[in-house]
Amino acid sequence: MLGPVAAGLAGAVGPAFGWAPELGAAGVSLEAWRTLFGWPGLARAAGLSLSVGVLATGVSLAITLLICAGWQGTRVWRWVERGLSPILAMPHAAAAFGLAFLIAPSGWAVRAASPWLTGWETPPDVLVVQDPLGLALVAGLVAKEVPFLLLMTLAASAQAEAGRTLLVARALGQGRVSGWLKAVLPRLWPQIRLPVYAVLAYSMSVVDVAAILGPNAPPTLAVRIVGWMNDPDLSWRAVAAAGALLQLGLVVGALAAWRIGEDLVGRLGRRWAEGGSRWPAAAEGAARGAGLPAAAVTAAAAGFGLAGLAVWSFAGLWTFPDALPDGWTLRSWARHGPGMAGPALATLGIALAATLVALGLAAACLETEFRRGRRPGAGALWLLYVPLIVPQVAFLPGLQRLALAAGLEGGWASIAAAHLVFVLPYVFLSLSDPWRAWDRRWATAGAALGASGWGVLWRVRAPMMLAPLLTAFAVGFAVSVGQYLPTLLIGGGRVPTLTTEAVALASGGDRRAIGVWALAQAGAAAAPFLLAALGPRLIWRNRRALVG
Amino acid sequence: MAEGLRFEGVSVRLGGREIAALDAAVAPGEALTVMGPSGSGKSTLLAAAAGSLAPEFELRGRVRLDGRDVTGLPTERRRIGILFQDEMLFPHLSVGGNLGFGLPASVKRAARRARIEAALESVGLGGMAGRDPATLSGGQRARVALMRALLAAPRALLLDEPFGKLDAPLRARTRELVFGLARERGLPVLLVTHDPADAEAAGGRVVELGA
Repeated sequence: MLGPVAAGLAGAVGPAFGWAPELGAAGVSLEAWRTLFGWPGLARAAGLSLSVGVLATGVSLAITLLICAGWQGTRVWRWVERGLSPILAMPHAAAAFGLAFLIAPSGWAVRAASPWLTGWETPPDVLVVQDPLGLALVAGLVAKEVPFLLLMTLAASAQAEAGRTLLVARALGQGRVSGWLKAVLPRLWPQIRLPVYAVLAYSMSVVDVAAILGPNAPPTLAVRIVGWMNDPDLSWRAVAAAGALLQLGLVVGALAAWRIGEDLVGRLGRRWAEGGSRWPAAAEGAARGAGLPAAAVTAAAAGFGLAGLAVWSFAGLWTFPDALPDGWTLRSWARHGPGMAGPALATLGIALAATLVALGLAAACLETEFRRGRRPGAGALWLLYVPLIVPQVAFLPGLQRLALAAGLEGGWASIAAAHLVFVLPYVFLSLSDPWRAWDRRWATAGAALGASGWGVLWRVRAPMMLAPLLTAFAVGFAVSVGQYLPTLLIGGGRVPTLTTEAVALASGGDRRAIGVWALAQAGAAAAPFLLAALGPRLIWRNRRALVG
Repeated sequence: MAEGLRFEGVSVRLGGREIAALDAAVAPGEALTVMGPSGSGKSTLLAAAAGSLAPEFELRGRVRLDGRDVTGLPTERRRIGILFQDEMLFPHLSVGGNLGFGLPASVKRAARRARIEAALESVGLGGMAGRDPATLSGGQRARVALMRALLAAPRALLLDEPFGKLDAPLRARTRELVFGLARERGLPVLLVTHDPADAEAAGGRVVELGA
């Protein structure tokens, strides 16, 4: 995992300091840095990257912790899980478009209240989406990251005996929320630390969501860098490389600051826990009460966003402030459908290749670990997270340069290989818990009946693990479908996919086209989850223990 | 008003089927032992007393503690101490920090330290407040867990197979300590176990649950 990231970063250092033989520049100069720092929007763009990243991460984390602390193990919890987990499958771009349709001045939220409440007959003239502070961007990120952090917290809870730990804390007189924060969270934190770092790094450097929801005068640093990358004047590539290194520095700095903050909060938290203080019941109630609407708003934003995409894609004439279109039509689908076949095929082909390879690699790693009876240490987990924490925009330009030099740019295979770097960690994370939880005695039973190691793997483990294997496949597939930057850069802009086409529509205002493409993107990402949910039920319909 | 722990027609159901039932009173300083094989519902009864039943269970009857109806109260307001087989010492806090966790904040600084130190001293662990719980032996951990529960000033003690992990001589000594302290403080004890020797040491009534 380290290889492509390191190569990509190295590939950015050269041009940033004026060394780029393929462009006929072979000296060492600070020209690119001078141009970069001469850009008047730099301070704002870098500041935006920082504020959006920290705010989105802080809010997502706070909502996640409040929900878990207040409601884990209760009746309501199942609804929280059911409402939030489908958002995981939604690509970032589709979710961002959906949110934009919802909160824009002419979006559903305003339409629902107009004109009976607001009195508006025309959309209000305010900048909601792409606001200069990036708050819409923060909202879009929060809607996607809360389900992710929630899932990671849930996975960690099982190992940390969250239920019994909380019971002990409550038997000692602590309320549900404060007891969870004092006793359970410190045990979970080591396991959710890396996912939180990934969220912070991602939120600071995301490109597609920022292009859709983020400000554009100036845009965030990451969006600006991609603009430079795609400038027909190749000399801007050096500035892009310098910008990529600056972005990397920003992320590293923010992570370091976050880490210091963690220690500080940890120390204060320990003192709080040892002090034996108790929250009054009203504070407990307020904390529990705050978590639930936050979760509901998150789920509703994603759900109504998706519905909004669907409605626009089938909308005939739809004037403000009507809540629904005057008529329904297939015209938008008929117009974009034929052109969609190519990008759809590319999306599916690349995702299929990247995910199958990732599944094979992850299974091979886990099976080796199983046979040798050794578990990798914390270092290996860090390695897995490297591609998720190092900003894409920092190492992909370098990787693109290397691919170009090697003559590999622009093919499906090299795009799939680039996707693999991001798909593999998620597939591995998704598969590792069920793989390790599998009872070793099944293997012993199989071996005692004469099956070899491979025989056990194919004839016993694989069939028993059909459900988790399909889930890991679906996770990987959805990650690949959602990739924007690797597709754009490694493909040299010549391999359109559902994602690149949808994001490219962001700057235009054609809501029907956006509805069609974003819905297609969301559908491509969600389809394998349907397969993962139904597959085991069909194949194992007479095997109650395996339906999972 | 010390009336002890009363189970009045308690019946726990899952999907309409009764999992476990108990109608009994445990006087202060006395113990009630619930025995039965795994799956007999004895942990379910303990959860009913602790207020930690999973939402899919249905509880009928009342649980009273010192005359107070605690059936609908959350765990933290019942004032019960729980000891498990695994001591469940919080790994991120020191030994002293674990003891301080349940000690009300109204006990301030110096008094706090003194109470914690005295509690440790009383079970032969004087001077260990700064230790990492992971460095303690099994018997030491069991004693820390006991004192942590007692410092929170509970009105009853629930024991969930608390001695199962200790080796035989240690088990006997720890049993003596737990039941001795409970008697001394007049705490009613509900013990859930499958070890007849535990029941004997507890010395009170024994209720057998079928599988």
